[in-house]
Amino acid sequence: MSFEPKILGIACNWCTYTGADLAGTTRLQYPQNIRVVRVMCSSRINPSFIFRAFQLGADGVLVGGCHPGDCHYNTGNLYARRRLAVTKKILEFAGLEPGRFRVEWISASEGNKFAQVVTEFTGQIKALGPQTKFKIS
Amino acid sequence: MSRIGVFVCHCGLNIAKTVRVSELAQFASTLPDVVVAKDYKFMCSTPGQEMIANDIREHRLDRVIVTACSPLMHEQTFRKVLAASGLNQYLLTIVNIREQVSWVTHDLDEGTAKAKALLNGAVSRSRLLMPLTSRVIDVNPDVMVLGGGIAGIQAALELANTGRKVYLVEKNSTIGGHMAQFDKTFPTLDCSACILTPKMDSVLQHKNIQLMTSCEVSEVKGFVGNFDITIRQKARYVDHNKCNACLACTEKCPGKSVSEWDEGLVKRKAIYIPFPQAVPQKPVIDREACTFFKKGKCRLCEKVCEQKAIDFGEQDTFSTVKVGAVIVATGYDLMDTRDLIQYGYGKYPGVYNALEVERLFNSAGPTSGKVTLRDGSEPKAIAILHCIGSRDKNSHEHCSRVCCMYSLKFAHLFKEKTSADVYQFYIDIRAAGKGYEEFYNRIIEEDVKFIRGKVARVAKSVDEPDRLIVEAEDTITGKFIKLPVDMVVLSPAMIPRSNAKDVARLFNLSTDKQGFFMERHPKLAPLSTMSEGVFIAGVCQSPKDIPDTVAQANGAAAEALTIVVKDKLELEATTVMVNPASCCACQNCVRVCPYGAPFFNEPKGVSEINEALCKGCGLCASVCPSSAIIARHFTNEQVLAEMEGLMEF
Ligand SMILES: Cc1cc2nc3c(=O)[nH]c(=O)nc-3n(C[C@H](O)[C@H](O)[C@H](O)COP(=O)(O)OP(=O)(O)OC[C@H]3O[C@@H](n4cnc5c(N)ncnc54)[C@H](O)[C@@H]3O)c2cc1C
Ligand code: SF4
Ligand code: SF4
Ligand code: FES
Repeated sequence: MSFEPKILGIACNWCTYTGADLAGTTRLQYPQNIRVVRVMCSSRINPSFIFRAFQLGADGVLVGGCHPGDCHYNTGNLYARRRLAVTKKILEFAGLEPGRFRVEWISASEGNKFAQVVTEFTGQIKALGPQTKFKIS
Repeated sequence: MSRIGVFVCHCGLNIAKTVRVSELAQFASTLPDVVVAKDYKFMCSTPGQEMIANDIREHRLDRVIVTACSPLMHEQTFRKVLAASGLNQYLLTIVNIREQVSWVTHDLDEGTAKAKALLNGAVSRSRLLMPLTSRVIDVNPDVMVLGGGIAGIQAALELANTGRKVYLVEKNSTIGGHMAQFDKTFPTLDCSACILTPKMDSVLQHKNIQLMTSCEVSEVKGFVGNFDITIRQKARYVDHNKCNACLACTEKCPGKSVSEWDEGLVKRKAIYIPFPQAVPQKPVIDREACTFFKKGKCRLCEKVCEQKAIDFGEQDTFSTVKVGAVIVATGYDLMDTRDLIQYGYGKYPGVYNALEVERLFNSAGPTSGKVTLRDGSEPKAIAILHCIGSRDKNSHEHCSRVCCMYSLKFAHLFKEKTSADVYQFYIDIRAAGKGYEEFYNRIIEEDVKFIRGKVARVAKSVDEPDRLIVEAEDTITGKFIKLPVDMVVLSPAMIPRSNAKDVARLFNLSTDKQGFFMERHPKLAPLSTMSEGVFIAGVCQSPKDIPDTVAQANGAAAEALTIVVKDKLELEATTVMVNPASCCACQNCVRVCPYGAPFFNEPKGVSEINEALCKGCGLCASVCPSSAIIARHFTNEQVLAEMEGLMEF
């Protein structure tokens, strides 16, 4: 059987989650490996969520928020952007392959971007194979 | 131990086609704490809702999971079902297996597997949900309108007519805004004063409106339903309670300054009313221009004032008003065309900006409505230049929307008042309003010359030193034109007021790329802002004409009314709270919150949240180094539990 990765998505309610809904409304097709958790804003995402996801065996984590400047809460995603960039550095420093954690700004009208990013990201994780670095079995 | 009910919807075949719904319900019933799991054709239908309600009672459910379409679709519907069945509405979880599962795959196995994972995540989160109650607050019934242009006037009158008390705050000594500067208004050419002055008077007479001129907002505290706004009344040096508007003072005053109202074309006195129909009709002293303030001697006005209304010792005073909602209608400025040196504004006396020309047409203006150049002569050829600084990536990218129309209006008035040749230099004519295209056609008939091309430069004529040369490429004929004229009229970009940033800061508004106030949603919420209870109307939101401004003002008044008409307001329940035992007093939360909700309680030495301001984004919760902040409905434990559930399958 081919490797089917588990991918965790964390999306803000106002942009990326709505964009993901739009992908559905317009019947775009993308791989079903992603499971999306909805938070109100990307700024809610605590780095510990990301670390925990990899411990739980996520092969990839995709965070989605509004485009910088378009956050529903004005400045939320500007903080998220910085914090998640540091999170990525820490993960990579601790040995995670760079491709496994990704942050994307996807607006509520970018259903196609959501589908495209998920498709591409899933392909990339498949190529990387299972994530074993942080997984606690 | 919880008692969870899971309700799987087929949504006809929308879901059932790519998710095995009965298998999903069966799977649900094997999960811990799930006491009932069912699938049904249309869960949102009345029988579907009744089924959930019955099961809540029959199985004494304390959590409900609806596995159906997106929460953005029906979360409210099912929350109501819970509430009606005596269960706190926040104990509902929606699993989105339509938009994010069945519609994005054709594969029944894949769809079913993903749905199971999502449902498993929901079950593990559901157990940790807490009932939440929204706090209910009293609402102040009054409203403040900031800015007394046509937008503010209209909004204030509408609200006052519903019986609300309205504070109309205007920074100038009169209301009226730009519309009061115009002679005629497109496309009907009705006289601006004739339609505006009665409204200005109604404002003054209205028993429900407290007009506050020469006033500015200096501080805004509170939140929707309960704003405390501090207003600075600038010293006028004239006691308006005593003044009987005889205006004897303004005749005697030797002090002079440029008249802002007449766009600097003439001078006014140091004690003055801006224009004859000003409201209120009471003078103020311009400290900068006053001989007494400058030299310590004069006081002529004081001598002639029989009412003893002059008070040189007057100071700025501060007062606080309490209102439930605010409408911001602070309007626009024209861009300073001196910045575009190629057009020679400020250098050649023959170059005017649009508002100056409005004043020339106005019978109450500096020339009593005669169109004359600065030397008193009548122009023989006039060029009107569209899009000066608008639609220009190097200046302002936006279209100012009304310039085409007022440029056409100018052409008509020039034709009416002079025998000059009139030329329009335009990029496109944008006449997209009711009666606008018709107006354009009418002006074409009036022997106005239209040249399609943006003017590159205005220069002094070499042959006739008093005249100007307008240089442009006619993009229809492809010819380069050098046209000698006596008068050049610039139609500059309408830009946000110079004080827009301060207003945005005070009321927590966002601004767009151009600096205009940002609406909550460009289509569905064009008058509300991200600041709950604060609405916007008129050109402060974006360039527009008077009809659109008035429509927005009415809309904003109605929106403000929907808030202040209630005596109680329910606040967002999914806010955050601080656990004082863990707070390390770093105040990160205070610094990051976009709404100023967290504050530091000095005596207690911990941060606290003003829940009325919190919008529940959760930003503070993730910057809190000691995990002291609990984001209700999205607690760390709840989010992590969902993730665990998702990753299990
Ligand atoms: C040259 C020209 C000609 C035009 N001709 C026409 C026409 O013929 N027909 C037409 O339909 N439209 C016309 N327009 C458009 C018209 O001017 C606007 O649609 C209208 O004036 C907008 O009104 P407003 O109340 O939004 O703004 P404004 O008229 O700018 O009024 C804003 C008010 O708020 C006050 N204010 C600003 N900041 C503060 C503050 N911080 N605190 C308190 N008060 C404050 C200002 O002093 C002012 O009184 C023309 C525009 C221009 C530039
Ligand atoms: S961020 Fe957390 S620890 Fe710091 S002051 Fe706010 S609540 Fe207290
Ligand atoms: S949740 Fe958002 S709005 Fe509420 S206090 Fe925290 S940062 Fe401010
Ligand atoms: S709401 Fe989407 S990133 Fe803040």
